[in-house]
Amino acid sequence: MKDVNVVALCVFVFFFLAVTVMGFLAAKWRRAENENSLDEWGLGGRSFGTWVTWFLLGGDLYTAYTFVAVPAAIYAAGAAGFFAVPYTILVYPLIFTFLPRLWSVSHKHGYVTTSDFVRGRFGSKGLSLAVAVTGILATMPYIALQLVGIQAVLDVMGVGGGEDTHWFVKDLPLLIAFGVLAAYTYSSGLRAPALIAFVKDTLIYLVIAVAIIYIPIKLGGFGEIFAAADEKFTANKTGGLVPGGAGQWTYATLALGSALALFMYPHSITATLSSRSREVIRRNTTILPLYSLMLGLLALLGFMAIAAGIKVQNGQLAIPQLFEDMFPDWFAGVAFAAIGIGALVPAAIMSIAAANLFTRNIYKDFIKKDATPAQETKVSKLVSLLVKVGALVFVLTMDKTVAINFQLLGGIWILQTFPALVGGLFTRWFHRWALLAGWAVGMVYGTIAAYNVSTPKQAHFGGSSAEIPGIGEIGYIGLTAFVLNVLVTVVLTFVLKAVKAPEGVDETSPADYTADAGDAGVRDLPKVGAGSH
Amino acid sequence: MTQTSTDKPPVVTPVRAVIALCLLAPFVAMLWVSSYAKTEPLLAGIPFFYWYQMLWVLISTVLTVVAYKLWQRDQRARRAAQGGEGR
Repeated sequence: MKDVNVVALCVFVFFFLAVTVMGFLAAKWRRAENENSLDEWGLGGRSFGTWVTWFLLGGDLYTAYTFVAVPAAIYAAGAAGFFAVPYTILVYPLIFTFLPRLWSVSHKHGYVTTSDFVRGRFGSKGLSLAVAVTGILATMPYIALQLVGIQAVLDVMGVGGGEDTHWFVKDLPLLIAFGVLAAYTYSSGLRAPALIAFVKDTLIYLVIAVAIIYIPIKLGGFGEIFAAADEKFTANKTGGLVPGGAGQWTYATLALGSALALFMYPHSITATLSSRSREVIRRNTTILPLYSLMLGLLALLGFMAIAAGIKVQNGQLAIPQLFEDMFPDWFAGVAFAAIGIGALVPAAIMSIAAANLFTRNIYKDFIKKDATPAQETKVSKLVSLLVKVGALVFVLTMDKTVAINFQLLGGIWILQTFPALVGGLFTRWFHRWALLAGWAVGMVYGTIAAYNVSTPKQAHFGGSSAEIPGIGEIGYIGLTAFVLNVLVTVVLTFVLKAVKAPEGVDETSPADYTADAGDAGVRDLPKVGAGSH
Repeated sequence: MTQTSTDKPPVVTPVRAVIALCLLAPFVAMLWVSSYAKTEPLLAGIPFFYWYQMLWVLISTVLTVVAYKLWQRDQRARRAAQGGEGR
């Protein structure tokens, strides 16, 4: 077991305490008169402007796990791990196109979750349930992975304990961190992560800016860094500085599939719906790429870890270890705080999003149909606690690879809700049963295909890519499943329309998809909307 | 973005085609991996593969800003044409 880095730990604890205070005070920030509704607790009053939304989305999408895993992938395999950059480039044109429509229709009808919209659009509780369950399943392991991010930092600081430490002592810091997180999420709702995101992102940008200048100077420049990396990849015969011919399909399909999936995740939608107007969303697509730039620089740290001679068994420790070795203790503390707080913000938003899905689309639709907004909020708050406890149990009782496997599956699964959601935003042509069937096919195919991927180290779930049937190249399973999903949906829609299967009732009208704040019926929800003008 | 009623301007206009191009270009550039999967030329020691994609972060940002501005103009023009009606 290594020694505790006292200075770094003090800095870390200082920042952690600061955001804890902020988290609890957040309840008072922009407080509305009626706080007992999901619009308040779960969506921050739907009041966030451009900058708050920017911080919130950035804090939400670029998680601690991202900071640890992306450079770790580069450290292990080189170029293949860099797909995260084209992936985030492709996200913004996509959300520019469809999210404003989702915002408008959600405001008009008081939708809190994507499943709310799917139910309203297709008049199908079954389809809505499928979307909700997929969302919850995909989010849970993602929350668990945030814990893995915190664990990595604690380990490097020397408070993670050794192999023979009693499990309770070993996990105590993690338990405390999550207990505190759960408490302020419970009391402040989405306002807590929104406020803390300011601290998180400021720290992250600061650390990256310093790291990207300071570390290359210490290592003798980028030329040296890439030369060292090239040497390692050549010696190990794995990875490389550029993807080879066979790896290019994988690279492109991973980038595209991940980009399509990102805004299907409940937590991305929660952050989006909390914004004040549809303009806020479009404006955000023009400033969010700053995070992509940061991610690209961050990814390069993986090469620096190689050049700095970092040798770790667990690749996820590579970057924290690089910070520990390269930075003076106090700044390493700042960097660790950045990663640690980087885990808290998304974990809070994800648990809120999963809780909202449960409350709106399982509790209210199937268990207690006449739930009042106050009851909904109460259930959501409790579920947000349960979700976090579940994630904690997951990480503490099971091997870390289980969480990673499930997160991999979660990405494949969540992509299967794309046709119902994005399809539904633009057209009512798809039949609700066809969408449900397509979803099921995509889910089953994706799960089986991922299960069958094996590596020398792992018999199952060895990765997210497999041969694409009919093409023969290796590609992202999620995207293959998605294509299959769409094919099934289209074919069955033709069939179902031909046999005149009953279509659900569509409670939305075309004007709902383009309404903006200020239009009649847009704010404060289910009141009778008179339509625009 | 395109709902039509009888007296509205056409759904596809040159401005909207430009917007679509701005939003499509990053897909073509990024998914065409073989066009940038190479080491040379280096920039400050960084292989082409990396700095090219980072450059595209900036290019795609500019394209999105252009699309956003054009879209705003398009919407304003349409509203003016309809006498403040519809969106």
